[in-house]
Amino acid sequence: MRVRFSVNDREQVADDVWEGESLLFVLRERLGLPGAKNACEQGECGSCTVYLDGVPVCACLVAAGQAQGREVRTVEGLASADGLAPVQQAFAECGAVQCGFCTPGLLVQADDLITRVPDPSDAEIREALAGNLCRCTGYEKILEAVRRAAELKAAGR
Amino acid sequence: MDFLRPTSWEEALAAKAERPEALPIQGGTDVMVELNFGVHRPAALLDLGPVRELATWEPLPDGSVRVGAGVPYARLIAELGDRMPGLAQAARTVGSPQIRNRGTVGGNLGAASPAGDAHPPLLAAGAAYEVESAAQGVRSIPATEFYLGVKRNALRPDELIRAFRLPPVAGPQYFSKIGTRNAMVIAVCSFSIALFPSERRVGTGLGSAAPTPLRAYAAEEFLADAADWDGDLDEAVAGRFGELVGAAASPIDDVRGTAEYRRHALGVMARRTLAWAWNDHRKGALECA
Repeated sequence: MRVRFSVNDREQVADDVWEGESLLFVLRERLGLPGAKNACEQGECGSCTVYLDGVPVCACLVAAGQAQGREVRTVEGLASADGLAPVQQAFAECGAVQCGFCTPGLLVQADDLITRVPDPSDAEIREALAGNLCRCTGYEKILEAVRRAAELKAAGR
Repeated sequence: MDFLRPTSWEEALAAKAERPEALPIQGGTDVMVELNFGVHRPAALLDLGPVRELATWEPLPDGSVRVGAGVPYARLIAELGDRMPGLAQAARTVGSPQIRNRGTVGGNLGAASPAGDAHPPLLAAGAAYEVESAAQGVRSIPATEFYLGVKRNALRPDELIRAFRLPPVAGPQYFSKIGTRNAMVIAVCSFSIALFPSERRVGTGLGSAAPTPLRAYAAEEFLADAADWDGDLDEAVAGRFGELVGAAASPIDDVRGTAEYRRHALGVMARRTLAWAWNDHRKGALECA
């Protein structure tokens, strides 16, 4: 089937999509956007987190057809012409990236948190990131980066 | 495989009547796992996402609340925590934020897993489920009659789940769940309690404790009779309540826990949630006085 939706503010069309295929597969394999990562395929790891109509979801658990006519924003769409998004800047500054596999999902999920909660407490950060697994176990740096991202965003960086 | 996209409830019912083998998909948090792992190859997916009616809720004149089957857990927590505290607590323990943004009570009911987090608080609070087919119209199924076996429910092949209804909150409600961490956990077992002080009545719901979610009727009746509703909670009464809850379970040994552990844990959760609920009940009674 054909699926048409917006990705990072651009209209996209994917053809020959299998009806049981995930949005993640379409993004990575049909639209050439490998930012969202494929790992657990069951919503456990959060590495495929993308915005669907402004709400963070696991792209592996969205059927491709369910994205029809909707707006998707992936990690590739976080940065603007002005440069990196606050979360990206902060993750780089704080060394919150080890192997990097979980990073795209964490960036999208953290971006949503600091958009909704400008000055999140540690408990709020932990709760928000509970569904994003880092197997390098770099969580302390990640928490630091989210706090820093909130500061950068508040400063209007 | 076909992908059916009805845009209204009537179209969805017509599609289900024509293709009873079609598997409804809403948030996808259960259905897509099965597709990704090749566990299931349904002949068709029936996407209920575009059916806007399913994503709304309304208070009814009698004070009860009717919630569309497609309202995600995140919205239950944000919008309905005061009207259904037990269910909202359970919703907070579902998966992760990403899962709660998509997953729905309708999906939990459709999957009918004994481990589904929504079932115990729905049973305890006395929920009814509204299902509908194009041919037979609407019927209301009490939660107690909905679960027929492991992942089997009372839905007919041409029916879809429209909504669930909960009576007005009559007293404290609590939910508790055992898992290896505080997120992304399928319940080892779970328990929910609801007090109805003006009726001197108790509701319970047990999860991952038997082939289906269930109520512990003997425990409910014992507590309703043995408790001093105008006084403090007697420890012996609470202990016996826990024992009866454990006795109502018929759990299995599996990778998540042994039957013996589950029975024990259910008793502990029953005592604890009862203590929390009774505390609220007494505080509420004193404040009113």
